[in-house]
Amino acid sequence: MTITIDAPKLIKAAPLLRAQNVSKTYGAVQAVRSVSVEVFPGEVLGIVGESGSGKSTFLRMLNLEETPDSGSYTLDLPEVEGNLFDLDRFARRMLCATRIGIVYQNPHLGLLMKHSSSGNVAERLLVAGERRFAVLREKASDALEASEFPLDRLDAPPAELSGGMQQRVQLAKAIALEPALLLLDEPTTGLDVSVQALVLDTLKRLQQDRKITMVIVSHDLGVIRTLADRVMVMRRGEVVEAGLADQIFQDPQHAYTQQLVHAKL
Amino acid sequence: MTTVLEVQGLTKGFTMHHLGNHLAAFDQISFDLRAGEFLLLKGQNGAGKSTLLRTLYRSYIAQAGQVIFHSNHGAIDLLRAADVDITLLRREEIGFVTQFLVARPRVSAEALVAEPLRLAGQSAEAALKEARKWLAEFGVKEDLWRAYPTTFSGGEQQKVNLARALILPQKLLLLDEPTASLDVKARAALVARLRELKAAGTAMIGVFHHPDDVAQLIDRVIDLTPGLENEEREDVVV
Repeated sequence: MTITIDAPKLIKAAPLLRAQNVSKTYGAVQAVRSVSVEVFPGEVLGIVGESGSGKSTFLRMLNLEETPDSGSYTLDLPEVEGNLFDLDRFARRMLCATRIGIVYQNPHLGLLMKHSSSGNVAERLLVAGERRFAVLREKASDALEASEFPLDRLDAPPAELSGGMQQRVQLAKAIALEPALLLLDEPTTGLDVSVQALVLDTLKRLQQDRKITMVIVSHDLGVIRTLADRVMVMRRGEVVEAGLADQIFQDPQHAYTQQLVHAKL
Repeated sequence: MTTVLEVQGLTKGFTMHHLGNHLAAFDQISFDLRAGEFLLLKGQNGAGKSTLLRTLYRSYIAQAGQVIFHSNHGAIDLLRAADVDITLLRREEIGFVTQFLVARPRVSAEALVAEPLRLAGQSAEAALKEARKWLAEFGVKEDLWRAYPTTFSGGEQQKVNLARALILPQKLLLLDEPTASLDVKARAALVARLRELKAAGTAMIGVFHHPDDVAQLIDRVIDLTPGLENEEREDVVV
């Protein structure tokens, strides 16, 4: 006997993000297998799973860096319509620059390591068309401040900063344009525990103050538990279970999720 | 009085895949709850009292049954409601009070208590004022209001937790041993607050190790001891 969950009845808002039957293969490997998910405005979705589960591949597709073999992806925004996977390169780049922010585990992927920190954030604004120097400087330092970056280090290049500070620069760059969607790929992996707590706290504040919709991928269940409202568990490219975060951690249904939750220290 | 909750044939068990077995918690529980009613769950350890509360809150997934909650937005089955609908109800209408505080790094006691009011749309100033009132009510020393509860003693954390959990009046309140290890003053404040909420129409389901703490509030008792028929379970307190 199992209970099936109904479609939303009380929530009136439409989902911001809707992905349907997204699949991707690399040669003989099926990295992502028919994944469907909806994320509502202001919601934080956590995706967990071991290495090779397809979670990061799926996130890169949401960032329009990769194109799937099949499937559709829509965002409920006035300026875009239809399947985002069908957009041309220019339209993708514009949409990512203006409405989707991303923070990678590896700061080299998201930052120019030798440019100044404020320059890294301003670059994002330039791509979106801002040309006034004073506005660039002000918006960049606002975003860095919201990410709790020390303002006396504005001109320091990320290469000279600690791991935690580099993640703050990435975060500032991601939120500089107040994106509708913030994607986080293992944002605290590799950081010291104390620094990790500070970055998590910054993310939690941003979520509460700005109500940004987030999708966060991590193999660290503690990170997901702290941030996510809802959790999707992936294994070998497939979604094995999805539910409210407390339910996934307290009453996991699938054998794999039970194993994952019980393996946590 | 208006019905808040209709529980029909609620059944819960746990499948433990690594052991290959199924552990039954409770079977075919049915009851109704009206606004302003206080229902006590009884039964020995392991009878499934806390499990029942968590199943109603949807931290646990039920195997069978139906739980109709008459929300301000209309009636909805809590066992089958979409996750986002449950999140909405938890924010606005259904509260869960445990003895444990979930502290967050770098969030002060008063900010933590004010949070439910902030999420409900109150201004920062008004929410903070109300939060301080409740911290005082539960006996948290003023010096601690701006401090981070992560480092508080168990008793102080629990008071912060109660203030946070009870600050916003809810339609349905689930209470999982909130009096355990509370000092006399805080216990009195808790009972006073529950009485006030009850009078205002909050329906409550509670598990208490020492039901005497809330004796005057209890309207009905449900015994979860395994093997009882449904008509044997229920007892009305006169």
